[in-house]
Formats: sequence, C-alpha cells, structure tokens
Amino acid sequence: MNYLKSRHTLGLFVLLILLIVTFLLSLCFGAISISLHDIYDAVYKILTAPDQLSLVQRIFIDIRLPRAIACVVVGASLAGSGVLMQALFRNPIVEPGLIGTSSGAAFGASLYFVLGASLKFTASEWTLPIAACIGGVISTSLVFLLAKNKVHGKSSVTSLLLTGIAINAIFLSAVGFFSYLARDPQARSITFWNLGTLSGASWHSVAIMFISTTLCFLAARRYTKQLNALMMGEEEAFFIGVDIRKLKLIIMVINVILVAVATAFVGVISFVGLVVPHLLRLSFGSDNRFLLLASALLGGVLLTLADLVARLALAPAELPIGIVTALVGVPAFIVMLRKSNYYF
Amino acid sequence: MISVENITVSIGSKPLLENVSVEFEPGKLNLIIGPNGAGKSTLIKVISKQLVPKTGTVCFGKSDLQSISHSNLSVIRAVLSQNIDLAFPLTVREVVMMGRYPHFTEKPGKKDEDAIEHAMKFFDVWEMADRNYMSLSGGEKQRVHFARVLAQIWFPVPDNYRYLILDEPLTFLDVYYQYQFMNKIRELLQREDLVMVGVVHDLNLAARFADQIVLLHQGKVVVAGEKEKVLTIENIKQVYQLEPKIHTSENIMHLLF
Repeated sequence: MNYLKSRHTLGLFVLLILLIVTFLLSLCFGAISISLHDIYDAVYKILTAPDQLSLVQRIFIDIRLPRAIACVVVGASLAGSGVLMQALFRNPIVEPGLIGTSSGAAFGASLYFVLGASLKFTASEWTLPIAACIGGVISTSLVFLLAKNKVHGKSSVTSLLLTGIAINAIFLSAVGFFSYLARDPQARSITFWNLGTLSGASWHSVAIMFISTTLCFLAARRYTKQLNALMMGEEEAFFIGVDIRKLKLIIMVINVILVAVATAFVGVISFVGLVVPHLLRLSFGSDNRFLLLASALLGGVLLTLADLVARLALAPAELPIGIVTALVGVPAFIVMLRKSNYYF
Repeated sequence: MISVENITVSIGSKPLLENVSVEFEPGKLNLIIGPNGAGKSTLIKVISKQLVPKTGTVCFGKSDLQSISHSNLSVIRAVLSQNIDLAFPLTVREVVMMGRYPHFTEKPGKKDEDAIEHAMKFFDVWEMADRNYMSLSGGEKQRVHFARVLAQIWFPVPDNYRYLILDEPLTFLDVYYQYQFMNKIRELLQREDLVMVGVVHDLNLAARFADQIVLLHQGKVVVAGEKEKVLTIENIKQVYQLEPKIHTSENIMHLLF
C-alpha cells in the first residue's frame, strides 16, 4: 500500500511540474513571442500601473493568459469527465460525449448560429453558451429517458450506451442540416465551433468555467470510492453499501455540467476524455481517487500542448484544436481497442 | 440467525418462490440445493436484499431485513456472487480493500489493513497482493473475491451476528480448490457469531460439508434439516428424477448416479 501511495504522490507531483512547464510554454509562444521577462513585467505592471500597459503586455493580459488558463480548465473538465464516465459505465473506452452531451451542445450552438440572426436575438456573450448548455441537457435527458427499461424502470449500461449512439446520430445530423442551410459566415462559425477552438477565451468565460469545474471536482471527489466499488459491477457495489441509483444520478449531473460548460465556451473537443485516463491507468492502476485528480492535471497538460500545436502549425493562421486532438486521439483509441486486456 | 417466513416471489403470474419458510442458524454451514429453476438464486436474492418479496418477512437476528439500512447492512453482511467481471487494472490488494469500503470514509485505517491481510492470508492470496488482478487465472480471481468478502466481515460486530452469503461460490474452481475452500469455510464456522448460507450444485459436496440442507423444488421447500434427513434416495429421485445409490464410508455420504 505504501509503495502504491508514494507512487501516486510522486505521479501527481510530476504532473504538476509538467503542467507548470507547458503552461509557461503556452504563455510564451504564439503569433508573437513573449519572453518570461515580458511576462514578469506585465504582471508587475498590472499590479502597479494597470493603465500603462504596452501592446505586448496587453496581448499577454487580455488574450494569451486567459487562453492558457482556459486550456488547463477545459482539459481538466474533459479528462475528469472521462474518468467519471468510464467508471460509471465500467468500460475503459467510454468518452464523455457518448451519452449525447456534446452532440446536444453542438446542436444547441448551431441552432443559435443559424436562427439567432434571423430571430434578431440581442446577442450577448451569454447566448451561445446558454444555447449549448440547454442542448446538452436536453440530449442527455433524452438518452436517460429512452434508455429506461419499461418493466423495472432501471437503465442498464448497455442500453444507455446504445441509446447514446442513436441520440448522437440524430443530433449530429441535425447539426449537419444546419450547416447545409446556413449561409457563409454562419456556416463557418458552425464548422469552427464543431471542431473546437480556444481562440475566443476571455476572462469572463475563464472565470465561469473555472468556478463550475472546481465545484464539479469537489463534488465528484466525494464519490470516487463508490465509483471504485462500481468497477466490480452494480451487484457487488450494492453489497458493499453503495446506493447505485443515487450514485448514477449524481455522476451524470456532474458530467453534464463539466462537458456542457466546456463545450459551450470552446466547442467540441474529442478524445481528451478518452485518452487521458487511459494513459494514467497504464502506469498507475485504476484507483479513481487518484485518477480524478491526476486526469485533471494531465488533461490540462495535453490540451495546452494541443492548443500550442493548433496555434503554431499554420501560423499565423490557426488550426481548430479538435483536429489536433483527433489526430493524436484516434490512433491512441485504435491501439487501445486492439490491446487484448480491454474487453466489454 | 436468519429467519425466512412465508416468502412468496413471482414474476408476472409465474411464482419463483411459494410460501418458503426456513431458518439459518449461526455456527453451522447451511446449504441450499435443488435442480435448475428450483428458486435457489431467488432465495439468495431475497436474503441479500436484492429482491423485496411480495409477501412474507426476512429477519436478521431480531430485525426485519427491510428496516436495516444499506450502510448498516453492508457492515454485517457480505455476499459472494458468481461471475464478477473487472475490466480495469487493479492490484489484488485494491480489490480486497474494497471489502472494507463500508468501514471507512476517506482512507483505510489500521483495522482495515489488518482485516485484508488476515483475509488474504486465509485464502492464500497474500503472495499475489501487488499483482494485477486482470492477470490472474479464473480460480485465483475467485479466491481474491473470497478474501474480499471475508475482509468485509472480518471483525465481530458487538451484539450482532455476522452474515456470509455464498451464491454458487465454487463455479470456477477445480476439485482441489473446491475441497480446500469448503474446508476453509468449515474452519470459519468456529466463529459462533457467523451465519453462513450458500448455494451449491454438487450434491456430494453438500453431503460432505453441510450441517443443514434446504432442498428446493419448483419454488417450494421439499425438506430441510440434517443431511441424513434430506439426502435420501426418495427425496433425490422426486426432485432430480434420477435414482442415486448412497454409500457411506468413514461417516461420509457418497451419492452415485
């Protein structure tokens, strides 16, 4: 036990260092380079004389810094949600979007892009995230209602997964239909949003994501032991005192908040929630008490790196980050599928 | 002790158990036998509170089972079921520690560490404590789960019985481990506060190790009591439609079909 525990502590420590390093990297590199010295100056100045910032310092404070923080927070949400979903579905290759949350959010967002203008909404910063969240909640609830067994009112994991696939298909084809209808500027927004981008990160959105993600993690931490028990199956977990129905409901709610809020601000980013917990399990085992925290750190690291690639690969143009995560995530997913010790 | 009184369970119009009443006493090995579809699993589900019967009561000691909360129940009662699947890499020690989950909130204490060590040593899995559970053979996995359920109720509970419910525990074990496991179970029965109820298929194992046998057929108790009373040629012929020959040598009954 001590051996494992110290390995876990060491792992968390290494991940934290990695996160700090990648965070600094993502502050320094981009359309313009900012040195560590500039960063120090900018931070010093905003504390002493906030109205005398130079252009570079303004870019750092208003664009670079919130974007870097957004990467960490979104990466943490998606990876944390991956841990929760995989534990809940007892399946190591489940993705947070699987129960319909992100496709529903994408649907809400495209509906807003297409109809928003013609309905003459007074658009504010809030309208898009709210539309996405509503979409996410609707699709997830639909999956839950439809997966419920008529006879005993319970929803089995298999029926949830299959219903999730069906609902995802419906919502994604609706998104496709909207992009077909949309005229050029809207269609471009839909496409970019569906592929994910952190270019719109503001202090405003970062603050909201940070608060909701932190609250979700604090809540989820209380259930990690029960999620461990659930790995043996619902019956066994029940025999060691877990209230299965309550656990399922709470974890689902936490997951919807994590995914919908992140998706609302940065669009659909896939594979982070799948790959991060898996990488950690390879070397640290499956104790969810460790995985939840470690995934948040590693998710932050990987998404920050992916965003760096997205910014630098075609500079000065920008690649949607979802393309980067998919390019890395898909091969990883295939390797996982082919590994013999994962089964259903 | 466990007292089951007038239990009836049905799915739709098909009765799975009809007016079943039995008692399981502490310090004895109580085994439930019967052909497929006799209602053995249903009876186990009722006493492990997975199924709430339409009529009748189940009492653990003096308390009605339905009035005991999940968390209180999981401290005094452990259940070993068949076919446990784990698709995640975990060490054997982590799996056994899950048996202690009802006893601690954040981190396991000294008592929990002691319990899993004793339970793992008892079922010979202590040497594989740090191995990956997924790399074990079927029989080894089964022994890890024996250790887990034993760890769950390792320490006596003041003013209460402890309950161990075994649903076909021998499924994945070869003959050697079947006998070894049954011998260990008998060893556990020296704790007089332990109420043990199990389902087995093998009548010879029941004949050799049980103190009390309940013979079920078509959802009803055919006969319950000492093995000499239950395992008679007439009873077995009536229930299994096969006529056995019964040999007794060195006080052990052998059934030949």
